[in-house]
Amino acid sequence: MNLELPPKILEEINRICEEKKLGKEEKEKIIANVRKAWESCLITPGVAIGVVAAQSIGEPGTQLTMRTKLTSGVGEITITLGLPRLIEILDAKKEPSTPTMQIYLKKEYRNAEDAKRVAKKLLEITCKNIADEITIDLIEKRIEILLNLKKMKALGVRFDEVNAALRNLLKAFKIRKKENWIILTPKRRRIGVKELYDAKNFVENLHIKGIHGIKQVLPIKERDEWIIKTSGSNLKDVLKLKEVDPTRTITNDIFEVARVLGIEAARNMIVEEIERTLSEQGVVVDIRHILLIADLMCWSGRIRGVTRYGITGEKASVLTRASFEIPLHHLVEASIFNEIDEFRSIIPNVIANQPIPIGTGIPKLIYGVSEDGGNRGAKEK
Amino acid sequence: MTDVFLNNRLIGFCENPKEFVEKIRQLRRSGELPPELNVAYNEDEDIVVIFTEKGRARRPLIIVENGKPKLTSEILEKVEKGELSWDDLISMGIIEYLDAEEEENCLVAMDESELTKKHTHLEITPLAMLGILTSLIPFVEHNQAFRALLGPKSLEQGLGLYVTNFLIRADTDSSFLIYPQRPIVRTMTQDYVGYDSHPIGQNIVVAVMQHYGYNMQDAIVVNKGSVERGFGRSAYYRPYKSEELRYPGGQVDKIEVPSKDIRGYKSEESYRFLEKDGIVYPEVEVKAGDVLIGKTSPPRFLEGGFRVTLERKETSEVVKFAEKGIVENVIITESAEGNKLVKVKVRDDRIPELGDKFASRHGQKGVIGMIVPQEDMPFTASGIVPDIIFSPQSLPSRLSFGHMLEILAGKVGALEGRYIDGTPWNDENEFDLRKRLLELGFRDNGTETMYDGISGKMYKVRIFIGNMYYLKLRHMVAGKIQARARGAMQLLTRQPTEGRSKEGGLRLGEMEKDCLVAHGASLLLKERFDSDRWIIPVCKNCGLVAVYNKPKNKYFCPVCGADAPITLVEVSYAFKLLLDELKSLCIYPKLILKPKGE
Repeated sequence: MNLELPPKILEEINRICEEKKLGKEEKEKIIANVRKAWESCLITPGVAIGVVAAQSIGEPGTQLTMRTKLTSGVGEITITLGLPRLIEILDAKKEPSTPTMQIYLKKEYRNAEDAKRVAKKLLEITCKNIADEITIDLIEKRIEILLNLKKMKALGVRFDEVNAALRNLLKAFKIRKKENWIILTPKRRRIGVKELYDAKNFVENLHIKGIHGIKQVLPIKERDEWIIKTSGSNLKDVLKLKEVDPTRTITNDIFEVARVLGIEAARNMIVEEIERTLSEQGVVVDIRHILLIADLMCWSGRIRGVTRYGITGEKASVLTRASFEIPLHHLVEASIFNEIDEFRSIIPNVIANQPIPIGTGIPKLIYGVSEDGGNRGAKEK
Repeated sequence: MTDVFLNNRLIGFCENPKEFVEKIRQLRRSGELPPELNVAYNEDEDIVVIFTEKGRARRPLIIVENGKPKLTSEILEKVEKGELSWDDLISMGIIEYLDAEEEENCLVAMDESELTKKHTHLEITPLAMLGILTSLIPFVEHNQAFRALLGPKSLEQGLGLYVTNFLIRADTDSSFLIYPQRPIVRTMTQDYVGYDSHPIGQNIVVAVMQHYGYNMQDAIVVNKGSVERGFGRSAYYRPYKSEELRYPGGQVDKIEVPSKDIRGYKSEESYRFLEKDGIVYPEVEVKAGDVLIGKTSPPRFLEGGFRVTLERKETSEVVKFAEKGIVENVIITESAEGNKLVKVKVRDDRIPELGDKFASRHGQKGVIGMIVPQEDMPFTASGIVPDIIFSPQSLPSRLSFGHMLEILAGKVGALEGRYIDGTPWNDENEFDLRKRLLELGFRDNGTETMYDGISGKMYKVRIFIGNMYYLKLRHMVAGKIQARARGAMQLLTRQPTEGRSKEGGLRLGEMEKDCLVAHGASLLLKERFDSDRWIIPVCKNCGLVAVYNKPKNKYFCPVCGADAPITLVEVSYAFKLLLDELKSLCIYPKLILKPKGE
């Protein structure tokens, strides 16, 4: 094989050689050795890398526990782990079941006070957080909120902020304040109990302050640095804060990463998340298998899961798709659009019992066949 | 304000949930509310839930008030005299049943001695925590919890005396142990469930040691002498039945020896065991394919196309494929409709062989790895030869201490000639047992010096040996062994049949296929899937499967006619079937052919 070493490796060798002040001869020796190692890593044509990648992730996957939750820190933030998380990543679920962020701060803010201050700023505060009681007065048909002034002070919420939030979002109610109580009377006379109940639930989760979706914050010290862990994710708004280090702050919501930072970042996220999920359970998988799957999920420019709506559903071969899920749908569709199965992938060839085009099935003897089926003798091509 | 739910439906609110719940409980205990009702206050969600529905697992507990159980010794005396019944105790508010929800609100004391003012209930006996099968296992409380779950699974599968009238019954697929015994190490539950009259297992001598690697990975080595003396010997019953059915038009089946002109007549040999009445005689050895009950049926109307046949056809009852046995008994009787009904019970003796499954009561199951002649088995200084050699590797990771305790206790029981009580939480103390063993002249840890049966050399280590109760499980090699080279094919796909009873093959499945793909073994894969190879003529014009006229040796395409260009293609029959099925769905599967290698 006369393949050139990748420029990045050559660069690295040059750098090290200069550092260690090595001569030309030694450098060539190194290059020869590196070349040998590099060539041994190359995959020969015809190796079933897809199947090997699938098996390499699938087999250790059987050892993953079904244990879902890990509480990090002081039992405050839960993260989905193990098999459920792996499935979530590979299926490309639109939202992770436990979205979390790790917010890094800029150099000048990496201390306990600033971290706590930023955390306070991030936390989404809803009506429920500052109220002692939210009840329905069934006789008067109104909703009563008993504010907890201590909590409000601790969370840094002023009354006019609550008032403004209620006024903006709850148009169908009149708002009145009576000591610590806020009383919401419907503008409409006739209102059902169920509507009132719904309105109460709405009020409970009413956004007052902070960043949307950040449900919990946990400023902790990790390797001499204060960072903020959150449950709930909102990358776009968090990155806008001036204290936040936008180069390292990360969320586990892959779709959000794709939206905010682009598909390449999402691909990296997929690789990192799969690797982390597996290594947390003590499973080691060669990174190239994961890279292959991440590439396959992202090459089209959007994230596709390994499902019938994603990668598998968009395969070229009709029979491959049909043999995966909902066969009738694919066959009828193929018939309507006059699709041609080229028999280039494995599954159609297995179905028709032909040699599969992989491994020993790739090299072929080329010979001519006349129209009547007779052999015209080997022909060079 | 706390929401109150009755059977998961919101029915109202209450001001003081704890008082409210307590009041409902008092009403239930006084009999004003049904005893089936359970109520609980969920503090986390601040809701009160009341359940009266069926399908909740509930268990009885003694009510405790102010640290005193309501079941006093006077009441107990009355119960013993028979003046009070269980139902009376419930209606008197002494015992109540709790479900999972209400248990969350309670503090249950295990023992009367640990009662405090905080406790609300007292356990009747700690044994009540376990199910019936689990409480049959001695020393379970010493086992790892998971072993306590596996033990009952073995007990469920153990062979024994499942009923005492098994000789006159005709259960499908039943077996029984020929020499069942009562366990030396027993539990209290055995008295209540009638275990002693329906035992499942035998008391044997177990040595915990290696034996030339034949008992690694959960295998056990068995003494051939023990097997010959009846250890683990069981019999398997399979009943066959046949009925003389009546058909419309006055025609009837007939149980008889079929005559040679009958359609579907088997070979003469198959009928050789039938007597004049068409039924086998007892105590004859039969094998697969032998006829047990000869029967002929009238022809069905218009069967066999346009020609109406008047021949009767053969519908005999035959010994199932891959089975054998001895005819145990023959029952001739009448069915509910008044038809003649014949049942033949075939017994297959199952002597332990390589691969049969055995288990102790502690979830330690394994298969026989070797059957060793008694003279080659290791023996103790006093000449005791173990029946089973159990691998010590099965113990450390599983933490089934009950298994070891049972060996120790069994040894004491066997030496003293008495039963040992192994009731969970109420068993004989390990140290007392050790003391007894010491007094009997053995080492207190149950080990003994042993000698290799082959060389006669003394082992350098002492071997833990004792008596324990072993079960034979119903998974036996005789019922599972299977092999096939070629044989029956399915009608539809022309692929090999599946399943032992149909002489089936073992499938190289999807994942196994993937392994061959991963190795790139393209042609090996093709060869493995060649079982339904088929050559189809394909019309090059329309891409459909053409027709071959064998007498004229001509091909013709149903669409393009006789002169169409035809090519022969080798595919799997399943693929041809797929094409046909697509056509039946009105999908036109057009084959576009290319020369090979392009």
